[in-house]
Amino acid sequence: MKILVPVKRVVDANVKVRVKPDQSGVELANVKMSMNPFDEISVEEAVRLKEKGVATEVVVVSVGPAQAQETLRTALAMGADRGILVTTDGPTESLAVAKLLAKIVAEEAPGLVILGKQAIDDDANQTGQMLAALLGWGQGTFASKVEPTADTVSVTREIDGGLETVELKLPAVVTTDLRLNEPRYASLPNIMKAKAKPIANKTPADYGVDVTPRLTTLKVTEPPKRSAGIKVKTVDELIEKLKNSGVIA
Amino acid sequence: MSYTPPLAEQRFVLETIARIDELQALPGFEAATPDLVEAVLTEAGKLAADLFAPLNVVGDKIGSKAVDGVVTTPPGFKEAYNAYAEGGWIGLGAHPEHGGQGLPFVLASAVQEQITSANMAFSLCPMLTLGAIEALQAHASPEQQALYLAPLIEGRWTGTMNLTEPQAGSDVGALRATATPAADGTWRVKGQKIFITWGEHDLTENIVHLVLARTPDAPAGTKGISLFIVPKFLVNADGSLGARNDARVVSTEHKLGIHGSPTCTMAFGDNDDCVGYLVGAENAGMRAMFTMMNHARINVGLEGVAIAERAYQQALTFAGERVQSAKFGGAREPVRIIEHADVRRMLMTVRAFTQAARAIAYLNAAAVDRAHAEADAAKKAEAQGLADLLTPVTKAFSTDIGVEMSSLALQVFGGMGFIEETGAAQHYRDSRIAPIYEGTNGIQALDLVGRKLPMDGGRHWRSLLQRERSFVGGLPKTGELGQMVPYLEDAIEALQTASVWISGNEGDKLADTAAGATPYLRMFGLTIGASLLARQAAEAARRLDVGEGDPAFLKAKIATARFFAEQLLPAAPALLGPITRGADLLYAIPEDALPG
Ligand SMILES: Cc1cc2nc3c(=O)[nH]c(=O)nc-3n(C[C@H](O)[C@H](O)[C@H](O)COP(=O)(O)OP(=O)(O)OC[C@H]3O[C@@H](n4cnc5c(N)ncnc54)[C@H](O)[C@@H]3O)c2cc1C
Repeated sequence: MKILVPVKRVVDANVKVRVKPDQSGVELANVKMSMNPFDEISVEEAVRLKEKGVATEVVVVSVGPAQAQETLRTALAMGADRGILVTTDGPTESLAVAKLLAKIVAEEAPGLVILGKQAIDDDANQTGQMLAALLGWGQGTFASKVEPTADTVSVTREIDGGLETVELKLPAVVTTDLRLNEPRYASLPNIMKAKAKPIANKTPADYGVDVTPRLTTLKVTEPPKRSAGIKVKTVDELIEKLKNSGVIA
Repeated sequence: MSYTPPLAEQRFVLETIARIDELQALPGFEAATPDLVEAVLTEAGKLAADLFAPLNVVGDKIGSKAVDGVVTTPPGFKEAYNAYAEGGWIGLGAHPEHGGQGLPFVLASAVQEQITSANMAFSLCPMLTLGAIEALQAHASPEQQALYLAPLIEGRWTGTMNLTEPQAGSDVGALRATATPAADGTWRVKGQKIFITWGEHDLTENIVHLVLARTPDAPAGTKGISLFIVPKFLVNADGSLGARNDARVVSTEHKLGIHGSPTCTMAFGDNDDCVGYLVGAENAGMRAMFTMMNHARINVGLEGVAIAERAYQQALTFAGERVQSAKFGGAREPVRIIEHADVRRMLMTVRAFTQAARAIAYLNAAAVDRAHAEADAAKKAEAQGLADLLTPVTKAFSTDIGVEMSSLALQVFGGMGFIEETGAAQHYRDSRIAPIYEGTNGIQALDLVGRKLPMDGGRHWRSLLQRERSFVGGLPKTGELGQMVPYLEDAIEALQTASVWISGNEGDKLADTAAGATPYLRMFGLTIGASLLARQAAEAARRLDVGEGDPAFLKAKIATARFFAEQLLPAAPALLGPITRGADLLYAIPEDALPG
């Protein structure tokens, strides 16, 4: 079985993001970028399935700027076999990415597509779901356990009430949650080997997909600064204050 | 207490000072492309930040102690070590035929710097293994290499370096450990070694001790020293482990810092059954040990850089948060201390010294790479000369900086700096060993004036000074870069004068050379450090001009170079007097009058 893993290049989780002065977005120039942490979990899961002999090949895909090649290299250094880079300089919206992925799926015919449940830049949480819908495949989202058999995959999902296990017919779409696994550190020999692994360079036009944004960003602002707290002496006083501020009735 | 690897800074110094692009063009280093360098620094940086940095305080508090011949390392060390070893990081610079990656030493040094910043006590373990690998690659027989190198490179075993004995510290030639030939062609080693770093531990299944000892009838002093492999567990011909060797830890030291690193007293041959294997020829041990020490000295120099970097990062965070006092001459409101001029002075000083010392160390490591890889004999010799010349400077200047800067960074914390929970105190305590081991800084200064300056008729210091002089001559006379020029010219002139003076001393005057050695090394470090920062500033200005790179980073590069040249470098020409003053004043008071 072949596994396809889409990975996104995002602002590193440790960077304190700043809003651009014109409020058109967040500052990306000269900011440290890394692989979306949920995608690291997806790559790890795919590589583990390959190491277990369940998967035969792990193909990673990134849609983004030319530098997303580094993100693909990171995935290759973790153990993926080859990469596909779909270069586009504009914003990457979920639907456009899902459409591109659907075309790539048609070419590659993977048994599983493993995506992160969301990317930490937009927190949209919809690419996997959109892809499943476009393909007409089953989806197992927010996975904390993934167990494929010959023609099904059992996915344990993290839901509000606890855990839910679904069984999907293959091929299927899975999106990963934090507790699925702990991604490995790339080893030095694998970093060196990753240099020689192939990355195919594509454009949205190659797949006939129009990636023109459909959303308009009106304004991006910093979250309001937290104002100083106050100390209350009694529970009654607390309730009083909450009532007065309109938080409770 | 987090650590953020200074990736942009490291890469910039690798590019502009180590000229890793030129190294990559040399045979053997083809793999060191810019994207690989980036990937290596990023991925090793993750290990340093995520795995080793969190163990730094644990290592300090719990420490590694010997109890009944067993050294237990602090919780978490073993897992972190395994991740590092299994990741193949120890073999970064080692020869490919034994499983290494053959990447440049300077890149290995940059990775070592990250690990050391994160956890200095821990970093000594892989550092000593690297030294052992280096010595065995250069001097061991093919059979010995086949047996020992792969497990060391894979990190399955670690290495140690055993020189010091109670009566033989700086004077290695005074050592007394003995080795006598056995009937089977091996040797029996006997003697006590003290202060052996990572001499015993529970991280790996075996430890390869490299031990200096004397064979029967060996000449006195350093000419009669031989090098032996003494494995903790004997190694069978097929590489499997055999009997426990008669080499044991007696105790570990209670010490000022690096508590996570076991500093061991080792007993070799207490039961007259310590098997050793001679490396290279009899009485050639000192040369072999120097191979190991030259690498180790550069890495120890980097410890100074690494600890100053970590101390800087923490001081900077604290200074941005602590609110105290209104600004002198400003409004009445208390401000964050980072706004006070004196706190800025401390932060800028730490920053500038750290970057100057890093530049010297990377230039030195890159010269080692050139000496190794250049095909042209003249270029090879020139690179070797530069590497030899810079090694005592890298070791002593940087480790002095490490102590001074971790002290200054601690000062930024005020009272909290003196309190252990901020971690500033640990950096200060940890930094203090580096000027002592691997040849004290006093010994380094003597090495610089006594051996390195006269080498090849003084050719190497002359060409280094000429190189820097013509670089400064080519700087614009105006603008930000131009501001630095007079300061740089003064310092280079003073260094030239001091070097000529030292080179002219002979006979009775050698006492004056010895007296001026330490301030001379300081002047050397200040001057070359300033010049290397100015080179970076010039490159930063060029990139700004053509719109390449991160403007904030590049502007800070220029400002840091200027701060060093205009605020710190003036100390260099001022040392000319003290250097050339001679020994008289040092001995003016007779010894019996010194008390009181
Ligand atoms: C924590 C720690 C770890 C160590 N790890 C190792 C290790 O792994 N392996 C190992 O073999 N050793 C190790 N050492 C030993 C270390 O290298 C020695 O302590 C060091 O070389 C100094 O030797 P000494 O202590 O005998 O001091 P001494 O040589 O007695 O020096 C005392 C003072 O005299 C000065 N001095 C001595 N000779 C001269 C001279 N000719 N001219 C001017 N000044 C001079 C020195 O600079 C110093 O200030 C370690 C030491 C420590 C504390």
